[in-house]
Amino acid sequence: MITVYVPGDAVAVACGADEVVAALLATGIELTIIRNGSRGMHWLEPLVEVTTSEGRIGYGPVSAGDVAGLVAAGLFEGGEHPLRIGRPEQHPFIASQQRMTFARCGIVDPASMDDYIAHGGGFGLERARALEPTQRIDLVKASGLRGRGGAGFPTGIKWDTVALADSPRKYIVCNADEGDSGTFADRMIMEGDPFELVEGMIIAALCVGADYGYVYIRSEYPHAIRAMEIAIEGARRRGWLGSEFDMEVRVGAGAYVCGEETALLESIEGKRGQVRAKPPLPAHKGLFGMPTVINNVLSLTAVPHIFADGPEVYAAVGLGRSRGTMPVQLAGNCRHPGLYETPFGITLGELVNDIGGGTASGRPVYAVQVGGPLGAYFPPKLFDTPFDYEAFTKAGGLIGHGGITVFDDTVDMAGMARFAFEFCAAESCGKCTPCRIGATRGVETMDKIIAGDRPEANLELIADLAETMKFGSLCALGGFTPYPVMSAITHFPEHFNRRALALAAE
Amino acid sequence: MAVSAENAPLDAVIAPFLKEPGALLPILHAVQAAFGYVDDAAVPVIADRLNLSRADVHGVLTFYHDFRRKPAGRHVLKLCSAEACQSMGANDLIAQASARLATPMHSTRADGVVTLEPVYCLGLCSAAPSAMLDGQIVGRLTAARLDTLIDGIAA
Ligand SMILES: Cc1cc2nc3c(=O)[nH]c(=O)nc-3n(C[C@H](O)[C@H](O)[C@H](O)COP(=O)(O)O)c2cc1C
Ligand code: SF4
Ligand code: FES
Repeated sequence: MITVYVPGDAVAVACGADEVVAALLATGIELTIIRNGSRGMHWLEPLVEVTTSEGRIGYGPVSAGDVAGLVAAGLFEGGEHPLRIGRPEQHPFIASQQRMTFARCGIVDPASMDDYIAHGGGFGLERARALEPTQRIDLVKASGLRGRGGAGFPTGIKWDTVALADSPRKYIVCNADEGDSGTFADRMIMEGDPFELVEGMIIAALCVGADYGYVYIRSEYPHAIRAMEIAIEGARRRGWLGSEFDMEVRVGAGAYVCGEETALLESIEGKRGQVRAKPPLPAHKGLFGMPTVINNVLSLTAVPHIFADGPEVYAAVGLGRSRGTMPVQLAGNCRHPGLYETPFGITLGELVNDIGGGTASGRPVYAVQVGGPLGAYFPPKLFDTPFDYEAFTKAGGLIGHGGITVFDDTVDMAGMARFAFEFCAAESCGKCTPCRIGATRGVETMDKIIAGDRPEANLELIADLAETMKFGSLCALGGFTPYPVMSAITHFPEHFNRRALALAAE
Repeated sequence: MAVSAENAPLDAVIAPFLKEPGALLPILHAVQAAFGYVDDAAVPVIADRLNLSRADVHGVLTFYHDFRRKPAGRHVLKLCSAEACQSMGANDLIAQASARLATPMHSTRADGVVTLEPVYCLGLCSAAPSAMLDGQIVGRLTAARLDTLIDGIAA
């Protein structure tokens, strides 16, 4: 029997993977087609793989129209063809990574728990079960794992607080709202290796004594929602879920602010996604008033590895206080976009130029935004900044969820700064004035600057406004909008003064 | 409000969720999936079944971008307007779509054929620019490809 892998990952589907499957079926050849996740080389999607005596051989990017030619060239024996890339794991983009969280993504059948177990899944849970509750959390602490949702808070300390809380009910909530533009790692792992998240949540529940969990997934991710539901059902059939701990998927409704942990809890409770004032922390009084662990998908999916391989292995890589690996996401105007999991410490320039290959358009890289819509814009002169929480803070930015969006020299930075305010105004939960009103004033003032109306005076106004938002906002939506705005102004001042721009053009 | 026969289809949609904690969002999603939008007349019924005030339900309904209070067009075209898609020319595609469909962003055309709206990131930022047409995702969108999609809507 011939086995062919055609990713069911949303990027592959959006680029024609379903049509490729239809074309393969139309050949009439008897095939087993597995809808795997993506390997992360997104410029090669749909990346079709066939099992041969030399291992899996990849071809990409394949369109439905290529299928007849591929079959004629001996696709099922790994035959030569211009689209043939050889063994995917030997491709430099993959071979140079250090994959922990994404080790199985793109390889296994995401719908099959047997396949998950066959590829080492479940080992971390087994180890966790064999330990005493306090040993479990000590192990998480020893790994140095910090939350991957943006703030980089030590995961072990958060879990300790919930473990120590005395309560009849505790919850594990997975933040799969992944609202940031330029990020898709949560989506990829939920579509490509969903059992890893289930396992991570079960271990978290064991560590803190929780009996129920929610995965809150944004509605823009229908493929991830389906993949998680299938995995939860599979884990229930296997007895992993249902007795001591059970979980379900909850679907967001298109509000970016619901990625903020307390707004997310409000949303699961069936309310408007408004940010809660802290304290109390969710660890003390979270979902339905109960002690709650809330973590990003990537934080929870790192956990099975930390237990399976030991915390020393995880802590051994990284830079400074940023331990382990970061699944970096290369996006936008990028020649080789995709998912690149690597230890902290690699520089921004290596990621953008060496790994990402520069722009897709072939024009010079002009700016990159790191960390989503609340992250700073970096010019190439800061490309020696190492990927590390502290180094990025020092450079006036943030890593956030690890997304890097590349722009070429046609970008209009004043337009991007305006967009940051516009986004904040549209997504503000409305609770505090600097965010709700400030963002709207920001859009108006940027419009004046763009129109050439007293740019110096208005830029001063923007700087004032940014200070007010930074210090007067309850959460990072209002508080961090100054990052993209002020970094654009600081690093690309000529975009904010039409006179200067006109002079430069002469 | 008492359960009346005229609410029967609505109640059938609501019923499976009533025992769930925090049922309002799942209910609003289900009502919208069943009827295409959440009619104002459904608000008091949902409020009654969940023991909430009308204002509570209205507040949630209007907070989230996903929920519609009026029917959408027969086709719904969403274009991603977030940063990664902008870096690959999303703004030009948005202009092209509203010109060709003769309707601005955030609107349903008067003849009810199409709704055109922005979406903030589909997680396809590595295959930007992206779109969603009637629930189907499209990556690596080009002007020519968008024209083909629009031809399909108009036909
Ligand atoms: C406006 C806003 C949006 C956020 N969006 C997300 C998100 O989409 N996913 C996420 O994991 N964290 C997001 N966060 C961070 C969460 O509030 C929280 O720090 C995180 O879920 C904690 O998990 P971690 O410790 O595993 O990182 C957001 C924060 C803010 C202020
Ligand atoms: S900063 Fe904005 S989003 Fe955050 S709590 Fe205040 S109003 Fe809400
Ligand atoms: S920015 Fe358009 S899909 Fe993410």
